[in-house]
Amino acid sequence: MHLARVEGTVVASTITPGLEGTRLLILQPLNRRLEPKGGAVVAADAVNMAGPGELVYFVASREAAVAMPETFVPIDHAIIGIVDHVHEVES
Amino acid sequence: MKIGKITGTVVSTIHLPIITGQRMLLVDLLDLEGEATGDYVIAIDTVDAGAGETVLILDEGTGARQVLDEPDAPIRAVVVGIVDEVSVGASAEL
Repeated sequence: MHLARVEGTVVASTITPGLEGTRLLILQPLNRRLEPKGGAVVAADAVNMAGPGELVYFVASREAAVAMPETFVPIDHAIIGIVDHVHEVES
Repeated sequence: MKIGKITGTVVSTIHLPIITGQRMLLVDLLDLEGEATGDYVIAIDTVDAGAGETVLILDEGTGARQVLDEPDAPIRAVVVGIVDEVSVGASAEL
């Protein structure tokens, strides 16, 4: 799982069966310092509560589809939680 | 599996039910010299690992679900061990 910032939303009225009603959000993956890292991706919102501007964590690959109510769907990134706080510890 | 160092925790109130009660650790991945590679992962703790410890990370879904004993968990990374020592190349040339 990695951290990301929600940058926007995607609306697709024609979509593959099983994904009807799924919230799709644009995510900018972040590094540990919360700086942008790599390109933006479209992710399904498995918690149904994330919105633009929020810091979230997401799971990629096959596990993204496992997060959805219908698990055999073509999803490769899914938001599985909204971050309240990242606590850095001194080493 | 990968070797990493725990550098923080992630606190979240709104999440999937499966994550309730789990500790989510921010783990910096390490190279063979023990230096941070710049990459990181958020992993679920299964071994009560603490801050600053060097740990073993499993980053693969089926194994993670098995370790958590949750067949439907959308979790990919879990901390599965605390590393005592890493020896690289010490006995390579006998």
